[in-house]
Amino acid sequence: MLEIRNLAKSFGGVKATNDVTLDFPDGSLTAVIGPNGAGKSTFFNLITGALKPDSGQVLLDGVDLAGRSPPEIVRHGIGRAFQVASIFKSLTVQETMLAAVSADQRSSAVLHRRFPLPETRDRAEHVMELLGLAGKRNRTAATLSHGDQKLLDIALALVLEPKVLLLDEPTAGMGPEERWRMIDKVRELWETQKITVVFIEHDMDIVFKIAPKIVVLCYGRILAIGTPDEIRNDSAVIEAYLGTEHAGAAA
Amino acid sequence: MTELEAGRTRTLVPVRGDAGLQRYRDVLIALVAFAVLASLPLFTGSKALLDLVIRCSAYGLFATSLNLLVGYTGLTSFGHGMFFGLGAYSFGLIMQKLGVPIPVAFVATLAITAVVAAIIGAICVRLKEIYFAFVTLAFQMLIHSTILSWASFTGGDQGLRGGIARPRFLGIDLSNHVHLYIASCALLILGLLAMRQIAQSPFGYTLRMIRDNAARASFLGIDVWRAKLTVFVLAALFASMGGMVMALFVSGAYPEFAYWTISGEGIFINMLGGVSTFLGPMVGTVLLLLLNDTVTRFTEYHGIVLGVVILFFALGLRKGLLDFVAEWFAHRRDAGEGR
Repeated sequence: MLEIRNLAKSFGGVKATNDVTLDFPDGSLTAVIGPNGAGKSTFFNLITGALKPDSGQVLLDGVDLAGRSPPEIVRHGIGRAFQVASIFKSLTVQETMLAAVSADQRSSAVLHRRFPLPETRDRAEHVMELLGLAGKRNRTAATLSHGDQKLLDIALALVLEPKVLLLDEPTAGMGPEERWRMIDKVRELWETQKITVVFIEHDMDIVFKIAPKIVVLCYGRILAIGTPDEIRNDSAVIEAYLGTEHAGAAA
Repeated sequence: MTELEAGRTRTLVPVRGDAGLQRYRDVLIALVAFAVLASLPLFTGSKALLDLVIRCSAYGLFATSLNLLVGYTGLTSFGHGMFFGLGAYSFGLIMQKLGVPIPVAFVATLAITAVVAAIIGAICVRLKEIYFAFVTLAFQMLIHSTILSWASFTGGDQGLRGGIARPRFLGIDLSNHVHLYIASCALLILGLLAMRQIAQSPFGYTLRMIRDNAARASFLGIDVWRAKLTVFVLAALFASMGGMVMALFVSGAYPEFAYWTISGEGIFINMLGGVSTFLGPMVGTVLLLLLNDTVTRFTEYHGIVLGVVILFFALGLRKGLLDFVAEWFAHRRDAGEGR
């Protein structure tokens, strides 16, 4: 279980994350929404160690990870994918997966053996199949389509076998059809892998359709937490977020 | 997510060969290369040719080790030459002052290089791009000035004079020209083989990940700083080996070996040969030394000629020679299979 306790981070005078306390039970699927600048990405960056929180705790199964480095946090089981696909452009899909498994098996500093190590093959293969990238295994990452690059990014997080998977806008920059395919994939992964998934999403139709639980952030604070129905009818959310969106104003 | 696209490229890119076989292939290539080089004195009495190969060994080790930093890790060091100079001076000084057997001086020099590189690396590898480049350059200048000003120990601007004693060991007499030639070739081939192993190991792929996207690598649990420091020290060891070959060749060590122009030549060689293939810097080394030797014979303005050549590669081809050849072959293969 991932428990966030009184997490806070300020940039200058701006409170990007303001006293956030949240629980993500094991095996849950949660969407994080909020207007631009609500602190969604900052929230992810604090959990994964990209930023150090000013105060508060990030407890994974009771262990406080707040303020630790990204490699340490990853090793404790929190994996992440990025808003802009963060991949290794000159490696092939297969090399990317094999190297990631090497990193997870702590053999990334091995000098006396040849890459790839045989013991990394099965896991790499499994995740490539899972995300439908097996047919593109010998493609260089830079030559993949935008959607496949996003999938590869998620595959990189998933191949480490995390307990918690944080997806920062898995559908960013995709067309309407591609979005649904991606989000179906995310849901399928959540169902089959039995991991805790938290994702940031802008498309309200997608959020309301697939997320059993929704967290709304606004100005770094939690505005509301609840099921899609609860969120849809929450007056604070309508006023701060959904309302303005429907009125067509840029958030 | 276009299946059609995927199906087409799959046929174009052959599945990469088995890792174990690649290792045997590399060893085989190394053995053949060594056999060819070692048999050269049987066919030619040209001392100039053998000298060229010895110099290629020294510079080749140095330039290939620089490529581990530049090409594989994305660490563009402008001060890598300091380890070339450090190797030459440490080896020369140990031989002159202590009179130990050559293998002992060799190992001791590597140990000294490792310690110095670890200290300098620990400071430098935290820095990004241009700052890394310039701080490594600063350390190079520091070492060069130390050599110049500590004249009582290093001989100052005169260098280590009086020759380096080369006592026999294991039946090898490095004061004999052919013995020195064979030993240089052996060091080159062994050094290249070791660096090839580093490049193709899991660690080598860690380096590629850091080059492409260091932030992402750290989110895979990789300690980027430690990996960079490790490769910085490893590369320094091979540069130092190059310096030792040079010291043996000229039987001395001179401040120019530690001057920034050596680092510049290293970068130059890498641009000439190309950094996307393992042997690119080796090709660049041979090209540069040949160019240097022929051009200086015809004109004293050889700097201008070399400048034009590097402009041709940098602006015209936009890549090194071996990069160009590798790409050409890839295109040809794709075109052939596409038909």
